[in-house]
Amino acid sequence: MKICVLVKEVPDAAVQKRIDPSTGRMDRGGEKNLNPYDTHAIEAAMQVREGGAVEVDEIVAVTMGPSSAVRALHKAVSLGADRSVHLSDDALAGSDVAATGYALAKTLERESPDLVLLGQQSDDGECYTIGAVVADHLKMPSLTQVIKMDVAEGKLTCERQAEYGYDTVEVALPAVISVGDAINEPRYPSLKAIMGAKKKQLDAVAIGDVGIEAGRVGEEGSRVVCGEFKSPPEKAGGTIIEDEDTNETVEKILAWLDERKLI
Amino acid sequence: MAQNDILVYALHYEGEFNKNSLGAVSEGARVAGELGGECHVLVLGGDDLSDDLAGSLGAHGAAKVLRVKGPEGLAQPVVDGMAQVMDAGGHRYALFGGGLLGFEIGAGLAARLNAGVTMEVTAVRVEGGELLAERPILGDSSISTSRYRERGIVIGRLNAFELRAVGGGAAAIEDVDVEFSPWSTQATMVTRGEQRGADVNIEDADILIAGGRGLGKAEGFEALEELAGALGGAVAATRAVVDAGWYPYAAQIGQTGKTVAPKLYLAAGISGAIQHKVGMQSSENIVAINKDSNAPIFEFSDLGIVGDLNKIVPKLTEAVKARKGG
Repeated sequence: MKICVLVKEVPDAAVQKRIDPSTGRMDRGGEKNLNPYDTHAIEAAMQVREGGAVEVDEIVAVTMGPSSAVRALHKAVSLGADRSVHLSDDALAGSDVAATGYALAKTLERESPDLVLLGQQSDDGECYTIGAVVADHLKMPSLTQVIKMDVAEGKLTCERQAEYGYDTVEVALPAVISVGDAINEPRYPSLKAIMGAKKKQLDAVAIGDVGIEAGRVGEEGSRVVCGEFKSPPEKAGGTIIEDEDTNETVEKILAWLDERKLI
Repeated sequence: MAQNDILVYALHYEGEFNKNSLGAVSEGARVAGELGGECHVLVLGGDDLSDDLAGSLGAHGAAKVLRVKGPEGLAQPVVDGMAQVMDAGGHRYALFGGGLLGFEIGAGLAARLNAGVTMEVTAVRVEGGELLAERPILGDSSISTSRYRERGIVIGRLNAFELRAVGGGAAAIEDVDVEFSPWSTQATMVTRGEQRGADVNIEDADILIAGGRGLGKAEGFEALEELAGALGGAVAATRAVVDAGWYPYAAQIGQTGKTVAPKLYLAAGISGAIQHKVGMQSSENIVAINKDSNAPIFEFSDLGIVGDLNKIVPKLTEAVKARKGG
């Protein structure tokens, strides 16, 4: 069985994110990191390999992004992936969700995975949708926000929380599964794995290498145009108390609640 | 013109439509009216989709209900149905209310139709005969507007679209035969809607004390229960701690849980992710206790306390008890 894990480089959570007003795109400068949700996807792949229910031949990390995205692949490899694929091409800049999903699907097609895993959302775009887009292009069944996944020959049994409670769904392989952060506790990479990550095979591919039609990606190929950025209605800032003396803090909270007749 | 008709998906469960879906039908009817078209609604399920139930969508503005027989609770069969209906009917736009299934269906449909898609939409409007969608971005610090080159898929944020009764009669019902894609039938529901943990009621409480991952462990909820007892309220939880098994699903706030608007919402150890915010932001008074001064919850709380909840909550409970006793 071959598992592909889709990963993404995102701005570090501690860095203030902004939109470049001239392009309408997210300013992706500054400190970067592997999307935290994707570490759960890699860990899920490792647990399938170590679980012993099926034979895992290979775990391949796949990303799309500029040259700096290589670092996300190194991190993914240090966490357990055997090798990685980097889709990078100037023609991809400005791709919307549908174009990105299409490009990733074409890249995955070449790998013929039995299972595609990804994090349920990315830290920057707050979008839960890439998995379902990729799945439709690959003509595979798909489930998102999975928090428990048992693998058997040819199928998965997945659990997730949906609108009315917890659902248990059987999914035949090959499939695309996006995982939530409750699915596992990702391991820390060993120093040896970190040092060795740069030596593992990394294939850089451009759109022509994987059969992506130039007209379907990038700004030109995107079906949605975002712009007209504006600020949300101002909300009066709340009162902030730094707790130094807890007795005093509690008095202040009580007074605040009293004032609003909440006690 | 057919392309001005809007196709909405309505989710149902145990004989009732989802409130967010009904909001999307109401909003779909409003914008279809402005575009000069009709609001059509696709529903998918078994025999429980009776004529009465399907027709009842007319009260929210649906002109026509397209009824498909198929497996409930899964996205891909609905993608097949909506793609077929939109191709046959020429609909330019599809609209979804907030919720997990809408995200999945909308994304799959965008891939199938090579359409533009916007999620977490908080408002839609018509301008020059086109539908525009507004979406908050970057932790709600900015709002961007989406325009669609050709077809557009709009996925609402939870509770973004207001449910309205427009007093329409029963909607016309059309049964549609859909040939499902081979991959759409490769996922099968084993059990649906399982409730985990005790059946608690948080929706009627005037005061809610909510706990998140910052509690550190399941036992952290004991202190919240004592505070809730002292204040005469109930205890709620975030998705993360419910998934971890620390607290019952019935007490969960947010995207796949309950939406509440109590007089007081006290959030302890909750960072304030969008998925949580959408379920409680209408609360009258929001108090947050968190040790991370950068937690997003401080951006929408009325009173924020930066500190250790393990120190603050027990003392607050004592003080409330003393006040009420004295």
